[in-house]
Amino acid sequence: MSSRAEPVTAASGVHKRRGLLTWVSRDGLSTFAFLLPLLLIFGTFSWFPIVRSFVMSVQHTNLVSPPTWVGLDNFATVLSDPLFGKSVANTIYFALLALIIGYPIPLALAVIMSETRRFKGLYSALAYLPVVVPPVVAVLLWKVFYKGGPNGAFNSILGNVGLGPIQWLGDAAMAMPAVVVEATWAAFGGTVIIYLAALLSVPPELYDAAEVDGASILQKIRYVTLPHMRGILFITLILQLIATAQIFTEPFLLTEGGPANATTTVLLLIYQYGFGSSLGGHFGEAAALSLMLAAFLGVFTAVYFWLTRSWSTES
Amino acid sequence: MTVKPIRAKALTMAALAMFAVSACSSSSATTAPATTPTTAPNATPVASAAAADTHKATTITVGALRPGATQEAVDALNSQISQFTAKYPWITVTSVEYNWTAPTFAAQLAGGTLPTVFNIPFTDGKGLIAQHQIVNIDARVRALPYVTKFNPNVLVNGQDTDGKIFAVPYSAYGNALTYNRTLFTQAGLDPDKPPTTWDEVKADAKIIATKIPGVAGFATMATQNTGGWQITDMTYALGGRMEAVDAKTGKVSATVNNAQTKAALAYLHGLRWDDNSMGATFDYNWGTINADFAAGQIGMFTGGSDLYTAMVQNNALKPADYGVTIIPLATDPNAGVLGGGNLAAVSVLTTEDQRDAAVDWIDFYYIERLITQDGAVADAQALKANNQPVGVPSLPVFDKATYDQSQLWIKDYINVPTAQMAPFTSKIFSEPLFVEPLYNTQDLYATLDPVVQAVLTDKNADINALLDAANVKVQKIIDTPAS
Repeated sequence: MSSRAEPVTAASGVHKRRGLLTWVSRDGLSTFAFLLPLLLIFGTFSWFPIVRSFVMSVQHTNLVSPPTWVGLDNFATVLSDPLFGKSVANTIYFALLALIIGYPIPLALAVIMSETRRFKGLYSALAYLPVVVPPVVAVLLWKVFYKGGPNGAFNSILGNVGLGPIQWLGDAAMAMPAVVVEATWAAFGGTVIIYLAALLSVPPELYDAAEVDGASILQKIRYVTLPHMRGILFITLILQLIATAQIFTEPFLLTEGGPANATTTVLLLIYQYGFGSSLGGHFGEAAALSLMLAAFLGVFTAVYFWLTRSWSTES
Repeated sequence: MTVKPIRAKALTMAALAMFAVSACSSSSATTAPATTPTTAPNATPVASAAAADTHKATTITVGALRPGATQEAVDALNSQISQFTAKYPWITVTSVEYNWTAPTFAAQLAGGTLPTVFNIPFTDGKGLIAQHQIVNIDARVRALPYVTKFNPNVLVNGQDTDGKIFAVPYSAYGNALTYNRTLFTQAGLDPDKPPTTWDEVKADAKIIATKIPGVAGFATMATQNTGGWQITDMTYALGGRMEAVDAKTGKVSATVNNAQTKAALAYLHGLRWDDNSMGATFDYNWGTINADFAAGQIGMFTGGSDLYTAMVQNNALKPADYGVTIIPLATDPNAGVLGGGNLAAVSVLTTEDQRDAAVDWIDFYYIERLITQDGAVADAQALKANNQPVGVPSLPVFDKATYDQSQLWIKDYINVPTAQMAPFTSKIFSEPLFVEPLYNTQDLYATLDPVVQAVLTDKNADINALLDAANVKVQKIIDTPAS
C-alpha cells in the first residue's frame, strides 16, 4: 500500500507546487495583496463587531467589569419592555410615511427632470445638493426651522397667511411626520440620480414608437418608462425599507425620541439601552435587539426578493 | 521576461503590506481621546525639584473644562495647572474638554476615553462603585489631613457599602429657582422680591409670558434625564419621595406615582395648557435651558444653585440678568430642598503612579480651595485674574464653619453679584436639605423624562396612568441586580 501511495503523494506534491506557481503567475499573489487591506479593514470594523454582538447578546456587560453569561435573558428583557412594541410601531409608522412621502417624490422628480430640455445638469445638482450637506448640520438646521414658537422659520411663514404656530417637534402627532419630511429632503437627491441614470437606459426608440402609436406622456411613463425601471424600483424600495428600519440620526438629533417616546425608533431604543443610562449597564440588551433587527431585515429581504423575483427580472 | 511582472507584483505586495501596517498604526494612534494640550507656561519647579527626582514622571489628563469654554476660563485653568506643576514637577497635566451628560459619559466609560480625573454627579457614585467602574482611592484619600472633616452625608456619595472612598465630593448645591431679573423688571415685577410660593411662580410666569411675547415665563428641563431630575426636585419641595425603603426588610420600593409628583405634573400642565406660560420649547436639557436663560428667553426655571459659573463660562450670561432664590417649599413637614453635587473620580484605565498623581490633582484643584486659606486664595486669585466667577452660591462639602471660613478667605476676591443671590444664600441654610433618591437614580430620572414630556406636549395626558406605568418600570430597574 505504501509503495503505491508514495508516487501518488509525490505526484500530488508536484501538482500542488505547480498549482501554487500557477496561482502566483496568474496574479493570485497580487490579488491577495489587494484583498488584504480590505480583509483587514472589514474584519476589524465590520465582522469583528458582528461576532462581538453575538457574544454580548448573551452576556451582561458594562464593557469595564468582567461580563457574565445570562443566556437568552437579554432577548427576554427586550421583548418584555413596553418600549419595544412602541419603538417597532414607530419604526413601521416612519417606514410607511417615508414610503408615501419619500418614495414617489424622487421618481416623479427624476421623470420630470429627464423630460426637461434645458438646465438638466443644474436641476440634477440642485436635487443632489441636500445629500452634500453633512447630515448633522442638515438636521440641526431643520431643528431651527421647526422651532415651535411663532418666531420659528416655518411658523413665521405660516403666520404670514394666518396659520399656526405649530409645535412641529413638540407635538406627538406632528413629530414623526416632521422627522420624515427632513429625512426625505436629506436623502431624495441620491435616489433621483439613480432614477435619472436608469431613465437614460430606456431605449429612445421605444418612446418614438409609443409616440407614433399616439401615446400620451402619462401612457409613455406607464407603458415604457416604469416597466424598464422595475428592477431599479424594487432595489431602491428594499434599500429604502432597510434604511427606514435603521433610522437613527434624524430622530436622535431632532427629538431624542420624544416627545414622550413618540419618535423612539428601534435603533434609538438600541442606543438608549447602550447609552441611556450613565452607568452603561445594558449593552447586552442593545446587542440582543440589534441582532433581532438584523435577523428581521435579513428574513424580510429574502422574502421580498423571493416574492418579487419574477417581477424584478422582467423588463 | 516573466520575472519582471512577478518582481513588480512582489513590490506591489510589499508596498501594500507597508500601507496596511501604516494604516493599522495610524488607526491605533487615533484611538486616543482628542486632547487639548495645556501648557504650563509659568511652571517653575523650585523647592520640589528634589522631590521630582524621587518620583517617576507621570502624565494625567483632567476633565476640568466644558466644551465651548471661553478663553478666559482656559487661561484660568492653565494658571492653576501652572501652580500645580510647580508643586508637583514630576506630573504633567493635560486638560481635555469634558462635560458629564448621561449618554456621553456612558460612551466614554465603555470606550475607555474618560480623562484620568473626571467628575460625576452624586447620583452616579454608588452605581459606578458597585459596578467596579471607578478606582478605589481610599488609602490615598485617607492619607490627606482633612479626610475626617468631610460632611459624612456628602462623603457617603463616593463611598461603597464598607465605607471605602472611591470618589471625592468637591461641590454641593441645593436646587433653586433661577430667574431673570431684567425680564422681571420688563414685566413690571420686582426683581428683589422673587416668588416665594408655587402660586406666585405661576402668577409671575403668566405675567412675564403675557407682557413679553416670545419669552417663556417658566420653563423646565425634559430630556437627558433632566426632566426626571427636576420633577423630583418639585416633588421633594412639595414633600414627596420617589423611593421608600422598608426599615425591616431593607426592600426598596419605587414611589414615583406619589401624590406630590402628581401634583407637580398637574402644576406644570396648568402652566403649559391653561396659562400658556411655558413658551414653545419643551425639550430642554441642562445645557440648552442655561443657554436660553442666558439669552433672555426664559423668566424662571428650577436647577442647581451653582449654575452661574457655567452660564458665564459657556453662555455669555449678563450678570445683571441673573437672580436666584430658594425653591418654594410646601407646608408639608417632609418638604425640603433637593440637594446634589459632584464627585471627582479616577479612571480605572490608569497606572498606580497616575492614580497617585490623580489624587494629588483632586487634592490641589478641588479640595484645597475649600479647606485651606492658601488654596482658597490661590484659586480665587486665578479665577478673578481671568474674569471667572468667584463666590458662586454653593453648600458645604465639609462643615458649615469651614464653609463660612472659606468664604471669609476669598471675601476680597468675590466678583459675582452677591446681592442678586441673597434671596437664596440668606435662606438656604435654614431650609431642610435632602439627598437625591439613592437607588438607580439616573435610571429613575430617565424613566420620568417621557412623563414630563407627555404633560408638556399632550393636553390630554393621563398623569395617573403615566406615573403608574413609570412606577412599574422603575421598580423593575430597582429589582434588577447590578452586573
